[in-house]
Amino acid sequence: MAHIQLDNDLPGIRGLMAYRPEIAEPLNLLAETLLRNDNNTLTRGERELIGTYVSYLNDCFFCQNVHGALAGHYMQCDIGEIENIKQDFRSAEISPKMKTLLSIAESVQKGGKQVTSAQIEATKAEGATDIEIHDTVLIAASFCMFNRYVDGLGTWAPQDKQFYVERAPRRAEEGYQSSVYK
Amino acid sequence: MPHINLSNDFPGIRSLFVYRPETAAPLNALVQAMLHNPHPSLSAGERELIATYTSNLNTCFYCTNIHGAIAKHQLGNDAEIVKQVLANPDTAPVSNKLKALLKIAAKVQSGGKNVTDADVEFARSEGATDLDIHDTVLIAAAFCMYNRYVDGLATWQPNNGELYDKMGEQRAREGYLTPPKKVSEMELTGI
Repeated sequence: MAHIQLDNDLPGIRGLMAYRPEIAEPLNLLAETLLRNDNNTLTRGERELIGTYVSYLNDCFFCQNVHGALAGHYMQCDIGEIENIKQDFRSAEISPKMKTLLSIAESVQKGGKQVTSAQIEATKAEGATDIEIHDTVLIAASFCMFNRYVDGLGTWAPQDKQFYVERAPRRAEEGYQSSVYK
Repeated sequence: MPHINLSNDFPGIRSLFVYRPETAAPLNALVQAMLHNPHPSLSAGERELIATYTSNLNTCFYCTNIHGAIAKHQLGNDAEIVKQVLANPDTAPVSNKLKALLKIAAKVQSGGKNVTDADVEFARSEGATDLDIHDTVLIAAAFCMYNRYVDGLATWQPNNGELYDKMGEQRAREGYLTPPKKVSEMELTGI
């Protein structure tokens, strides 16, 4: 049960967004811009994977399943493969550039100062641009917010992982701004 | 030196906002809604103290100093309250409700799941509303983002109290949505 009276039965962050629409608006615009806007050289799948991995590190069940299902949808792989990447991205079949970006995300999750110049150099050596590094840091940082928001208020989350997989295609199509209350 | 080439000389998060206006828009709208817009039961100064306190726990120099300065200006130019909240909220001259909310903020900073029913009950017993609790969790969570963003890209964070005080005065008065002044045009007296 949530720590506060939300007066709705929506799960995870959606219950919070319905409770506080003034806040939902910038949060949804942030998610849309970072994760779904196509004016970006990182694919939607890659960006969702960064959000998924950070949510996994923060142990946020709702966020890692919502965004893991979206990553799987965009990357056209099943949820088992996403699980494998979360557990050990370094030996997963993803690009070397993506591995260096996930390593930066891993450091950001621990704390901003954990990101080292050596990590940045390694990422650039794999072809990452400054904007891609920027967006990776901001996506990782933003999930350190979203995860704390969702868990800090004790929201509920459906326990059946298939629920998230089935919902992902519609979310991918409608985006973050139009699907808050559904 | 920042990890990426930002091509501007604004400090802290302002350099990132200038670099990437697409993400600056929602980030500024969020901070404006959380900290500056009218609130039924938490003053702007109290909300800035929650932001300052969380930023200090995350050891983010820029955010601690700028929000500390904004808090000071929102609290009648009282730097002592800010200093005492950072040193020890329990003995600081703030309400018992705010003390209880700062405990929740500290839990959020260490991880969302660390907030307990007892923490929430205690805040309620000190007069906190559901909205106060919601907004405290959100502010603390959001500063776990802003702090990581500012430090994760190694932005320039000048060590100059006068600079933060001037920027803080502007934000306390105008909110977050007006353009920042260039450091070179700020007429600092004592660099």
